[in-house]
Amino acid sequence: MKNWDVIVIGGGHNGLVNACYLQRSGLDVLVLEQKDWVGGAATSRSLTPGFVYSNCSYVCSLFRPEIMRDLELPRFGLQVIPYEGGAVFTQDGDYLANYRDHHAHRREFARFSPRDAEAYERYACDVTRQCRFIQPLLMRTAPDPTSFKPRDIGELIYLGRKFSDMSAEEMALTMRFWTMSISDFLDEYFETDVIKANFALSGIIGTALGPMSPGTAYVLLHHYMGEVDGSVGAWGYARGGMGAVTQALAASFQASGGTIRTGAQVEQVLVKNGHAQGVVLAGGEEVLGKLTVSNADVKRTFLKLVEPKELPDIFLRRVKNFKIRGSSGKVNIALGSMPEFPALPDDSPCYRGDLHFTDSVERMERAYDDWKEGRWSADPFIDMVIPTTLDPTMASPGKHFMSCFVQYAPPKVGGREWTDADRDGFAESVISQIADYSPGFRERIVHMEVRTPREIEAETGLTEGNIFQGELTFDQLLFNRPVPGYAQYRSPVGGLYMCGSSTHPGGGVMGAPGRNAAVEILRDLKRGANHVSAAHDVI
Amino acid sequence: MVAVAKTKSRTKLAEQAHFRTLRLPSPFQPRLEALAAQQDWYDWAGYKAPHALWDDELEYFAIRSQAALFDISPMVKYRIEGPDAEAFLNRVTLRNVTKLKPGRVHYTAWCDDEGYVLDDGTLFRFSADRFRLCCQERHLPWLLDSAIGYEVSVVEETQEVAGLALQGPTSFAVLRDAGFKGVEKLKIFDLAEFPHEKGSVTISRTGFTGDLGYELFVPVKQALSLWDRLIEGGKLHGIRPMGYTALNRARIEAGLIVANADFVTGDSAIRTDRLRMPDEIGLGFMIDPAKGHFNGRRAILDARQNKTLKHVLVGLEIEGNIPAEHAIVYHRGKREVGLVSAAIWSPTAKRNIAIASLQRPYGDTVVDDLWVEIYAMRELQYHKLMKRAKVVPRPFIKLDRRTANPPGER
Repeated sequence: MKNWDVIVIGGGHNGLVNACYLQRSGLDVLVLEQKDWVGGAATSRSLTPGFVYSNCSYVCSLFRPEIMRDLELPRFGLQVIPYEGGAVFTQDGDYLANYRDHHAHRREFARFSPRDAEAYERYACDVTRQCRFIQPLLMRTAPDPTSFKPRDIGELIYLGRKFSDMSAEEMALTMRFWTMSISDFLDEYFETDVIKANFALSGIIGTALGPMSPGTAYVLLHHYMGEVDGSVGAWGYARGGMGAVTQALAASFQASGGTIRTGAQVEQVLVKNGHAQGVVLAGGEEVLGKLTVSNADVKRTFLKLVEPKELPDIFLRRVKNFKIRGSSGKVNIALGSMPEFPALPDDSPCYRGDLHFTDSVERMERAYDDWKEGRWSADPFIDMVIPTTLDPTMASPGKHFMSCFVQYAPPKVGGREWTDADRDGFAESVISQIADYSPGFRERIVHMEVRTPREIEAETGLTEGNIFQGELTFDQLLFNRPVPGYAQYRSPVGGLYMCGSSTHPGGGVMGAPGRNAAVEILRDLKRGANHVSAAHDVI
Repeated sequence: MVAVAKTKSRTKLAEQAHFRTLRLPSPFQPRLEALAAQQDWYDWAGYKAPHALWDDELEYFAIRSQAALFDISPMVKYRIEGPDAEAFLNRVTLRNVTKLKPGRVHYTAWCDDEGYVLDDGTLFRFSADRFRLCCQERHLPWLLDSAIGYEVSVVEETQEVAGLALQGPTSFAVLRDAGFKGVEKLKIFDLAEFPHEKGSVTISRTGFTGDLGYELFVPVKQALSLWDRLIEGGKLHGIRPMGYTALNRARIEAGLIVANADFVTGDSAIRTDRLRMPDEIGLGFMIDPAKGHFNGRRAILDARQNKTLKHVLVGLEIEGNIPAEHAIVYHRGKREVGLVSAAIWSPTAKRNIAIASLQRPYGDTVVDDLWVEIYAMRELQYHKLMKRAKVVPRPFIKLDRRTANPPGER
């Protein structure tokens, strides 16, 4: 029976990134994917003729350019197109737009508040400074502060030095950024509700917290750390949907000799004498591997795939307490024609960007109140994009794919499982909000895919449908992600590694966890990692 | 009140259309467009502004020999008024505002609490309690926050006020012949109101060229008529509208610095080590420790006392005639000690001049054996030149006509 060098559980983007790097170092790698297609939460699937959806994740910014280059993803079809703007519709029939042009952006804000228009400059500078501090940490294994290994000490010194390079003012700001609520943070810069709502959305996306919950300021930073070709903070569409990322990764992996088995659901990690030996598939087939890497989230990996007796109790307890709460849903809509938004001029670039309806932080917080009560939000926050305005490959000319990311959706409804009727009610809350701003919207709908946390978990395996494989709160970041002592992609089980977004630096389709895990594995195998580029310099 | 709110919201909706015009037209755009044979525009703080209209070299010589007209409307302007306006401005800006009499202008700068320069600009005092602050960057939130506790209002009025700079030896003659009676009384840094159309124009004897010159401000509605009046008055005095390239040459000769060209302003500096105290960019003369508390005072005085100032801004004279723009400055040809931020061959001084920021003690106590490395691109090849640089006082040129009283006619 074949004993693979490495078995990767899960063909999501991090699993594939990890597999690609390991295969390219000469190892014989097998990726096992439970579905009949790879991609995890970065997929493009056609569910109705003539339309392709980005079923889960829908926009791209954080995916590391170093990985795109190392793994030759453009050669395998990956293209990312920056989007052109964005807008928040206001209830009085106006909107607040975000423009790429610096001065247009300022003038737009000045329509609402001259003061806020000028405050934006300082806000943008402060955010940029923080991103520059964190960005280099994304592609480095977090140091273990309790370890005395020279490497950990070296990394701690690196961190400490970066921190001490800051002015007192910046240090204070950093601490505030990591601990404050996005609402409090924005209050320090802006006075206008809709302007605050416009920025606050980045602080709550994917998070089971409201804009007034401490810790959400960091979530905003996390969304600002990306880029499209050096344009820092920019977001874009992967041409062909987010599946283009994982399709390119799969093609790159296979071109370097890697093997993918789809329809192969892992039931258990085989552990003997504290060491992983491979996995058991649904149906009982055993697949042996010298090393096993799990792309599944930390809860799924250690609470479902590994027997508890193989794990130290404190580790198990911490995994159980790891916060990975379902907070969002997704409604993908095939449209027979371009929707109209009378508030927005026909020639506005905002159609080719992200659109929102939640025009105050308070409304956002109220939406979160519903989540706490175990209900989907009656007045949800929607991050809506129409990628087909820039991507001709996802629908035929004149027809459109609209992606609605929706918050909040609880993992359970009033303590019980979601029902189909709940799902339809959830969808209706979204459609009716859009229809309020877009006459005739319902008539344009050709097909709809509605995904509550139930559907997301069932299809992607993400526990509770949490898109980040665990909250991005400061207690679950850096050397605490996913649990203290196990933040370096290794686990208490020998030969079993983690490479999903539950690990540092977290989710958002970055690919960094998969890459960083590969570096650690290669280190354990004493193999070179020259084919893994270091993070680009931040100068 | 309701009616006001409605009007406001109508304007707000009407303003949506701004996204179609990324570069705002200046109030003088119809005149500039008609003259812009070069069609060489740049973005000045969101406005469409000319690099040159006809010929930047000839426009420069208009500054030094006749009169050149330059549109300064894109300059950011704040109207600062109220019984506490003087006390407020004395608190936030470096120079002593109590010494700035009504009808006078001074060049000043302002700092954050850590003593780093946020911007420099000119402060116009119209009356005991009415001022205008002109600058390059935007500071409204900072000004408003600093105004808490003062009886003062701060309003941004960039788009409401048009501005022109009229510079050169015949500029006084132009104004006189345009009918501004009494303009000859203006001494350098004086300002006064003069009738124009149904309103008035503020004329100050100020400028950015080191030459005889004036700056004129009017409400935007009277912009074009003011332009026409000046052109008419200047017919016999060689008046010539110009673009920024010519002005930039003149301001370097005058040794004047430009925010975010010769130093990075505090609110826009992303890298902490780019921040500069006034003493580090040649603005130390503005500091008046005796005037009482002002923003950044403690940090600035501490840095002076503890000798922790890291940089110094100097004028350089460089051998040869190749401008050293953005060249690295070396000590003994080896040790990197700074950067040239602006450099030209000065047509008036007939010297190769530059403004540079150096790391102390270089440029401060160590001024010998400085060199600049010039990469001169000639037909797709760099000529790498190492040229000797000498620290010299600014301004690089000193023209008596700038301050002469009464002002000269030519």
